[in-house]
Amino acid sequence: MSPDLIDGIVVILLATVRAGTPLVFAALGELVAERSGVLNLGVEGMMLVGAVAGFAAALGTGSYALGLLAAIAAGAALALVFGFLTLTMRASQVPTGLALTIFGIGLSTFVGYPVQDKPLAGLKPIDIPGLSDIPVIGPLLFGHDLLIYLSLAILAALLWFLYRSKGGLILRAVGESAESADAIGYPVIAIRYAAVAFGGAMAGLGGAYLSLVYTPTWAEQMTAGRGWIALALVVFATWKPGWVVAGAYLFGGVTIVQLNLQGWGFDVSSHLLSMLPYIATIVVLVMISRDETRIKLNAPAALGRPFFRS
Amino acid sequence: MSPLGGMRFQIEPRLEQSRAIRTLAPLIAVVLTVLVGAVMFAALGVDPLAALASFFLHPVDTLPELGDIGVKAAPLMLCALGLAVGFRGNVWNIGAEGQLIVGALAGGGVALAFHGATGWYILPLMVAAAFAGGAAWAAIPAFLRTRFHANEILTSLMLTYVAAQLLGFLVHGPWRSPDAFNFPVSRDFGDDARLPYLTDTTELHLGVLFAVIAVPLMWVLTQRSYAGFQVQVAGLAPRAADYAGFKSSRIVWIGMLSGGALAGLAGLGEVAGPIGKLQDQISPGYGFAAIIVAFLGRLHPVGIFFASLLMALLYLGGGTAQIEMQIPPAVTGVFQGMLLFFLLGADLFVGYRIRRVGRVAA
Repeated sequence: MSPDLIDGIVVILLATVRAGTPLVFAALGELVAERSGVLNLGVEGMMLVGAVAGFAAALGTGSYALGLLAAIAAGAALALVFGFLTLTMRASQVPTGLALTIFGIGLSTFVGYPVQDKPLAGLKPIDIPGLSDIPVIGPLLFGHDLLIYLSLAILAALLWFLYRSKGGLILRAVGESAESADAIGYPVIAIRYAAVAFGGAMAGLGGAYLSLVYTPTWAEQMTAGRGWIALALVVFATWKPGWVVAGAYLFGGVTIVQLNLQGWGFDVSSHLLSMLPYIATIVVLVMISRDETRIKLNAPAALGRPFFRS
Repeated sequence: MSPLGGMRFQIEPRLEQSRAIRTLAPLIAVVLTVLVGAVMFAALGVDPLAALASFFLHPVDTLPELGDIGVKAAPLMLCALGLAVGFRGNVWNIGAEGQLIVGALAGGGVALAFHGATGWYILPLMVAAAFAGGAAWAAIPAFLRTRFHANEILTSLMLTYVAAQLLGFLVHGPWRSPDAFNFPVSRDFGDDARLPYLTDTTELHLGVLFAVIAVPLMWVLTQRSYAGFQVQVAGLAPRAADYAGFKSSRIVWIGMLSGGALAGLAGLGEVAGPIGKLQDQISPGYGFAAIIVAFLGRLHPVGIFFASLLMALLYLGGGTAQIEMQIPPAVTGVFQGMLLFFLLGADLFVGYRIRRVGRVAA
């Protein structure tokens, strides 16, 4: 292969990872919430609120770290509203999640009004002299921004937590049978609150990745359905963290193909190309869902089922 | 249970659901939303009373403006009436916005095909096409759910994004008007392809009448028909529905097609009503707001009638508050979300009551 072609492939791979990373954060967070038995359909709303909070904080303070903290806090705060309604006030999870998304869209547009379309330099990839300059391997291993390394560290931590720690075992037990976990004496409601808050924090981070790194600005509804795609990814991955990340990069790849097809000489309307990620989501969802037994075996048995002690 | 000043509180189920609270909960939610809204305005440094007046009173203090409420309420009412059928049976169609767009495209396509023609038959054809278009778009998630068990929440939502791009493609491309100087709009619909006005003084058009007529029709379908009964049982007691032999796939189809067809009609009401052509934006999120309308109206046609009037007021209020108080119109979305939050929270008290118990652990 010619060096130009190899360079081109490296550029596309880097762009694919960047496009997939918001989904990695949001979907891993939702996976933890769902593993505890809670289905939160508010991911899109939490991502948007995280995106605007992160952007406004970074713009105001000049610090990306503070921006990320603001995004985490905002996402978690919104998730706790959901937690309060579904876990304490016993509201149904599906309508409450929808309300959270509608509220998040409205709130982010409303508070984001003063910072709409303002530019920000954006968090740049790291550059380790020597290492980042190695051909092909250098950029692929050492050419990402810090948040991408953070997302992979969270994946590693989650794999350890879910499958190798006692805490993970308890979380999964709560998601499989809240009644049994309660009978053993685990605080089901508190565990679900924590899982929901973690999901919100991660959705907030995913949103902030969009507004601070991927396209460093704030535009209303800039998530463009990624929160919903993240929800679909959790199903696609049959609730397994490694597959969530693989799926997220797959969707990143679809996005990059969509963005580049015209540049590669395909004369197709940009509107038709923009349908690709959404159609891909439907196709993938259908492919995975048609095997009903596989879904039933892997889905947390108590997913979406309320638990109240009284 | 939480300790509070030495007292303990306990949530305990009521023996019978409180019908009074069930009816009053939407009103409580509205009052709480207005109160929190006032606090929010005050925190923003806006005079809360003036802002509330601008939001809730000024949009409706003249007769033509009252007509505007009807015009805004019609698409919300149609979408919510259809969605409620599915929601009753736990069929979660959240893609009404996309079904609205495809209905508008199908009906609008007929109008464009008959460009320059006149005749009484054009409008009925458009209505039929919009009905069929919305229903067809909703049939996709219904098919994927019944045939492949794919979650209809996600597929119907994804199809909304696809529909929006389809609309963009058509008005930027093949259906763009040759006289539009590259603006993304179609040709103007002919006079016989427009919904006529009902009065001389207001903007009320025939589409608003469709919505009002749909209320009793949907009441019959949901409360008095066998299909409505099957959906209801499936929603309240899925296992009883199985036992009775009600096919779950039938419930999905009834729910999805009702939502899609009425959303399609709502889309036609917009493009053949106030807009008069196809353009790249035809709905400010009516299909999503209709989800709130459906819940606020207790999934009951009469409740939905009043809830859509209220939601229409929120849309118009957002507009006047922007003009009079320089408040971003997105505050409408904040109010919509809060309204549903408060309603879902208040619902606790339909089936439960909070009891104060002594220091002894219960």
